[in-house]
Amino acid sequence: MEAVQSAMPLYAVAVSLIAVVLIGVSGGRPNLREFWTIAASVLKFSIVASMLPAILDGKVIEYTLFTLFPGLDISFRVDALGIFFALTASSLWIITSFYSIGYVRAEKEHAQTRYFMCFAIALSATIGVAFSANLLTMFVFYEALTLCTFPLVGHKETPEAMAGARKYLTYLLGTSLAFLMFAVVLTYNVSGTLDFSPKGILAGTASNTVLAVIFVLFMAGTAKAAMMPLHSWLPAAMVAPTPVSALLHAVAVVKTGVFVVVRIVLHVFGVKLLSDTGLGTALVYYASFTIIVASTIALRQDNLKARLAYSTISQLSYVVLGVALLSPSGITGGVMHIVLHAFGKITLFFTAGAIYVATHKTKVSELNGIGKKMPFTMAAFTIAAVSMIGIPPFGGFISKWYLFMGAAEASQIPVIVVIATSTILNACYFLPVVHAAFFKDADESTVKGSPSLSGASSIKEAPVLMVAPLALTAIGVLALFFEPSVFLELARMVVSGVTGNN
Amino acid sequence: MNIAEHLPVLVIVIPLMSAVIIPLAGRANSLYSWYITVAVTFSCFLISSSLLNTVMNTGRISYWLGGWEPPWGIEYVIDYLNGFVLVVVSFILFIVSLYARKSIEMEIDEDKTTTFYSIYLLFAAGLMGIINTGDIFNLYVFIEIASLAGYALIAAGRKREALMASYNYLILGTIAATFILLGIGYLYMATGTLNMADLREKLPALYDSKVVLTAFAFFTVGLSLKLALFPLHIWLPNAYAYSPSVVGAVMAATATKVGAYAMLRIMFTVFRVDFDPEAVPVTKILLVLSSIAIIAGSVLAIAQTTIKRMLAYSSVGQIGYIVLGAALVNQTAMTGSILHILNHALMKGTLFLATGAVVYKTGIDDISGLRGMGRKMPFSMAAFTIGGLSMIGVPLTVGFVSKWYIAVGALNAGMWYFVPVILLSSLLTTVYFWRIIESIYFPRKTKDRGQGAGGRGQNTERRTQSADINTPESEIYGEAPLGMLIPTLILAGLCIFFGVAAFLPVSVAEKTAAMLLGGM
Repeated sequence: MEAVQSAMPLYAVAVSLIAVVLIGVSGGRPNLREFWTIAASVLKFSIVASMLPAILDGKVIEYTLFTLFPGLDISFRVDALGIFFALTASSLWIITSFYSIGYVRAEKEHAQTRYFMCFAIALSATIGVAFSANLLTMFVFYEALTLCTFPLVGHKETPEAMAGARKYLTYLLGTSLAFLMFAVVLTYNVSGTLDFSPKGILAGTASNTVLAVIFVLFMAGTAKAAMMPLHSWLPAAMVAPTPVSALLHAVAVVKTGVFVVVRIVLHVFGVKLLSDTGLGTALVYYASFTIIVASTIALRQDNLKARLAYSTISQLSYVVLGVALLSPSGITGGVMHIVLHAFGKITLFFTAGAIYVATHKTKVSELNGIGKKMPFTMAAFTIAAVSMIGIPPFGGFISKWYLFMGAAEASQIPVIVVIATSTILNACYFLPVVHAAFFKDADESTVKGSPSLSGASSIKEAPVLMVAPLALTAIGVLALFFEPSVFLELARMVVSGVTGNN
Repeated sequence: MNIAEHLPVLVIVIPLMSAVIIPLAGRANSLYSWYITVAVTFSCFLISSSLLNTVMNTGRISYWLGGWEPPWGIEYVIDYLNGFVLVVVSFILFIVSLYARKSIEMEIDEDKTTTFYSIYLLFAAGLMGIINTGDIFNLYVFIEIASLAGYALIAAGRKREALMASYNYLILGTIAATFILLGIGYLYMATGTLNMADLREKLPALYDSKVVLTAFAFFTVGLSLKLALFPLHIWLPNAYAYSPSVVGAVMAATATKVGAYAMLRIMFTVFRVDFDPEAVPVTKILLVLSSIAIIAGSVLAIAQTTIKRMLAYSSVGQIGYIVLGAALVNQTAMTGSILHILNHALMKGTLFLATGAVVYKTGIDDISGLRGMGRKMPFSMAAFTIGGLSMIGVPLTVGFVSKWYIAVGALNAGMWYFVPVILLSSLLTTVYFWRIIESIYFPRKTKDRGQGAGGRGQNTERRTQSADINTPESEIYGEAPLGMLIPTLILAGLCIFFGVAAFLPVSVAEKTAAMLLGGM
């Protein structure tokens, strides 16, 4: 594999950090401030996209920022997996920026400057995780992401918001300091390196028991992936403003979590080691457990964002499950699910936010007949929901298809049952919302729920800055079904890298 | 005669002489005494740097005091270990003296300031002496000089509790010094020499001697008391908490470090690394004690309601790291231990100086007094945050580097169970720093402010006090004066700099560790 030395990954990370300063100094002038956010997001996406041709050519881009001391450095390495995630996150940041502006202005949120500054830092950290060349660099950005999203989660500064934010911090910082760091130190001790490698770095370095311990520590340390029982920070973090939930808790933060898991599975342990030791299979069943249980819990959530949160928990484990199957189609499906779920779930959160801004409703049971008032929003919701269930012609079908194939390749028949069951559960918690929105009559059932319905006739679509982004992401969901080739190609490169066909 | 040859002794003589001159200069104008202090500590720092540079290039320096040949005369020796510690300590002394002017004006009666600076330099001379000397009795003399000056410094504040704290420290410090003196006496009895290098040659033959064993035990206990190793730490929290901010900073950042240095010196150069008496399994005892110190220090820090006491208990934990690294007795862990002498000095210095700025502005050091300070004193609080993150051990700060080395060292030694100890303490550290960082930047809304306070009965009085601070008039608090802010920011900046460019101190620390574990 040819390695190109270039500072592009550094620029991709740094661009939004520079924007943070500009946002900070233009805090008094909202339009200029928002211009910096948009400019940074577009520029970031362009930089990431400019690296794509080289990666598709089979090259990797490397850049060492500095060396802490011999053996440990902060360095970037852009490979197929990294750019896959970076493309997803940076493209959705542009859309979320517009949506955020619409949301905070419509809601007249306080501390908007802090909000946009933290958002920009969070994106730097996310891209940093995507492009990390070694565990230490990844750890740094992983922690930075936790710290800079804390003010976003606790944005409202009410006691509930602070409690949610504190739980968020406790889970994420606590597990990573206690377990992830331990795993990193152990990895360094047994293998003498922290650099990711397509074949893994741990094979043959220690006894199976030690490796199993390291593996468990790694999995327990990445609470951002929200695998049970370390998931409860995610519903708690839903106190955040909706755009935060949308980008960070459907895309950046949680996807960083699963991305780290994928990195560790594929590039620290390696496919061969995990299949020889049976740890991969263990992870498959662990993820299956989360998928089923979280979906079941989602059924009972009346708060729309809480339902989406549990759906996220369940869907994240699809990624873990796919990769843990260790079969080519399984890995493809898992990796593809990163982008497909991102587009679908961000659309769902966008619609939840639009509904909230337009009607101040948060409960599923209050949404009867809303489809007639907010047709675009609810159409987007429907598209995303159907994609989540995995029905063609929507993006979600692709990853589900590969997951089924992957399970078959790995001869894991129970996993096929798990995915099928989960699909049914997905349908059970999404379709009633769609049904209520379009086919139930607004007046009769909502009257008893909320007395404020006198104003129901005045309900109309949210501001265009919010509806346009959610329409775009819904179109994205559709487009990814018909034209997934770039992402599929990247996923294929990941697979061929780790299975040794190159 | 070349003046450069005399640097090892000048670094002691200059502050010692200046301590005498200052009261005279202070008579003319008390500000002169501050000028002299800054100039002297700065020259000490320059000399130290030059000495370390010489050691790095040409190796060990030996200076014969008065030209008398050791082992009869007193010898000053600079090698990697004390060259490194010398630079760290003199730098902190310099930075703190820069910072001291405003803080001292506020916290000490005006007629005492001159005396304060005089004692400060005496303290500096004592520390420099402990570090430089190659003679074990001379070591004791300097320990006493530094300690006596230290007692006076602690008592310098206006708080009545400071007298009690100082007295407490005086008693325990004297016991410690007595133990050390007894140790010296026994070693002299067994070998007939006081020179460290000479002792190193003569001791191996006597390792089985009960006298030598007893001496070693006395040294260990005495020095453990001096460096406040758990459970011999009880003098420390009050001493740090009730003394003037400047003294807390300088004691936390230098005095215990010098104690740690003395322990390394005795354990690894006077005695050798292979000295591991079966009767007294010293390293094992130290491993256990330091682990307890690390955890207990952090737990006790969580329980504190004033910042200085919290920082003091956190020091108890951090000293545990230094001892743990040394007691693991391998290259990597020892490197970590030596690095931690520098790193802890930087981060605890930052934290104490930032706290001092708050005390200067508001007059209280209650944790609740920091509420909302992020807006009022953004730079000081940024420094505090950096210090806090560094204490937690976040990568790219100095705290991470030494913890990393000690953790990897523990694994290399096959003692993996110390890694959870380190990580647990990181978690606990997060708990006690995060609650402060949160209240600095995310002050609760007025309504629920009383809520959190009501829960703990004994604090109600303090809380009421702090509630006054939050009344609108407190909005006038601005940033600390530049004279205080700049030193704080320099230390905070170094916390980041040496966290990123960690290879600089690591290269020195590695050589030091190799020297301690191998031959001289």
